[in-house]
Amino acid sequence: MKLFEGIEKGFCNVILGILCVIILIPVFLLITGSFMDSYELSDYLLPVFMGAGGMNGWRLMPDYPTFQNYKKLLFETPQFFVLFWNSMKIVCCILAGQLLVGVPGAWAFAVYRVRGAKSLFLLYEVLMLLPFQVMMMSNYLTLKRLSLLDSHAAVILPAVFSAFPVFLSYGGFRRIPIQLVEAARIDGAGEWAIFTKIGLPLGKSGLVSALVLGFLEYWNMIEQPMAFLSDKTLWPLSMFFPKITINQAGASFCASVIMLIPAVFVFLAGQDALEAGIIYSGLKE
Amino acid sequence: MKPFWRLWKKSHCTWRSRERRSFLLFLAPSFLGVLIFVIFPFMDVVKRSFTTAVTSEFVGAANYRTVFANEAFRLAVKNTAAFTIVCIPLLVVSGFIAAVLLSHISSSGAVKSFSLLPMAMPTAAVAIVWEMIFYKPSFSVLVISYIWKNIGYTIVLWFAGILAVSKETIEAAQMDGAGGIRIFRYIILPDLKGSLFTIVILSVLNSFKIYREAYLVAGSYPPKDMYLLQHLFNNWFVNLELDKMAAATVCTGVVLFVMIFILQKLWDNEI
Repeated sequence: MKLFEGIEKGFCNVILGILCVIILIPVFLLITGSFMDSYELSDYLLPVFMGAGGMNGWRLMPDYPTFQNYKKLLFETPQFFVLFWNSMKIVCCILAGQLLVGVPGAWAFAVYRVRGAKSLFLLYEVLMLLPFQVMMMSNYLTLKRLSLLDSHAAVILPAVFSAFPVFLSYGGFRRIPIQLVEAARIDGAGEWAIFTKIGLPLGKSGLVSALVLGFLEYWNMIEQPMAFLSDKTLWPLSMFFPKITINQAGASFCASVIMLIPAVFVFLAGQDALEAGIIYSGLKE
Repeated sequence: MKPFWRLWKKSHCTWRSRERRSFLLFLAPSFLGVLIFVIFPFMDVVKRSFTTAVTSEFVGAANYRTVFANEAFRLAVKNTAAFTIVCIPLLVVSGFIAAVLLSHISSSGAVKSFSLLPMAMPTAAVAIVWEMIFYKPSFSVLVISYIWKNIGYTIVLWFAGILAVSKETIEAAQMDGAGGIRIFRYIILPDLKGSLFTIVILSVLNSFKIYREAYLVAGSYPPKDMYLLQHLFNNWFVNLELDKMAAATVCTGVVLFVMIFILQKLWDNEI
């Protein structure tokens, strides 16, 4: 019996280990590729450039590891920095706005039992699930009327009013025992004080997960800037050269790695919150 | 209980009225934004779907007829449906298998971290790798990159669901002599319906984001089998064919709404 269990465990470990390796392949290719010089890259990637086939071979370690690509990208491509800071600005503004707008909204849904609240929440749920393409024209009409097209506000404002952070923060707030809120009320605390002194500290897990998931989502935003920003100097980093060509393969790898860094950092710092958030997003009463 | 919008009814300063007022105040910023950016313009979109783009003349269902007769629209619907039908069961099942395996080992945390990592990977950063590995853009690139990106939360959700299955019930069943398969079929699976619902909803939602990969790998006019509804929306948007776009938006919105509604009903009835 013991032996059988051991074999079963070993089998599970092996399969999951293989899964992890497969998942990591793209990351590994990116990082090693960013340290290869152009000769080595064109050696492996020639068929890709010619459009004739997949890559022929790869090395665990580059033959001649070099920082040349990073140097070129960081010191000779000022445009890259513009996009990087555009991205930072857009993401930070969106997250700040979501906190200011969405979190009190989630609190309203979580604490107050008012008629009509349920159907409103259902509306938020549906809005959360509608893809950007369905919202695109609505957003466009409003942005045009407010003449915000082709400015950062055009990608920031619609995202601020997204239903997703409301939903996730709601998940966190629902875990606060309602008796606690009632006790505070009996002691004479105002509604705002209850929100800031009880709601925010005790329900912050939902809020943090909204921030983490939000960062990953908006750091990666492509559809919105593509539709609403035609001025390339306003673009976020996620719009930076999608094409891999013989001249800029190295730079592409580096840009990709640099783009990964903030996202991976947030991912590592907020992993528990991320997991909690995934579970909250499925929370049902 | 009075509805929350009946604020103007003068009442004594009761708890009910205070509750309504607080609810409104807390929700107001968010709801105003939703009204301005989503609800009102969406009504406008519905109106526009029945009028011409330039002169705003009422044309009845003509836009809808144009859209349904449109070759590109048919192709896009076919491909998007094919993508959904292939990917969602594939993702749900593979995530489930991984989660079951995961519940048998001790180092589940590490595996979860690794499988969630793709969620953090910006698509623009990974697109270059997909180009390298699959030099030719095709439908299967979409499927593979979709599974790669979304497997993480599927595993996490299944895993949380499996852990939440009552241990006592399983032990009691074992006591009564139920075998592994019967326990799985009659105790574990019924308990996981909630997880299944969430996973399906989230994966449908995320399946629309595959446009990022499709666009980055193949551009606005990809090979025929990769042409999705999202491409069509984008191309109509770029050409400012707003009448067609309005009609297509309404159709897609209605289909999604019905789908969400059915799933929700299914979920409510099962529990």
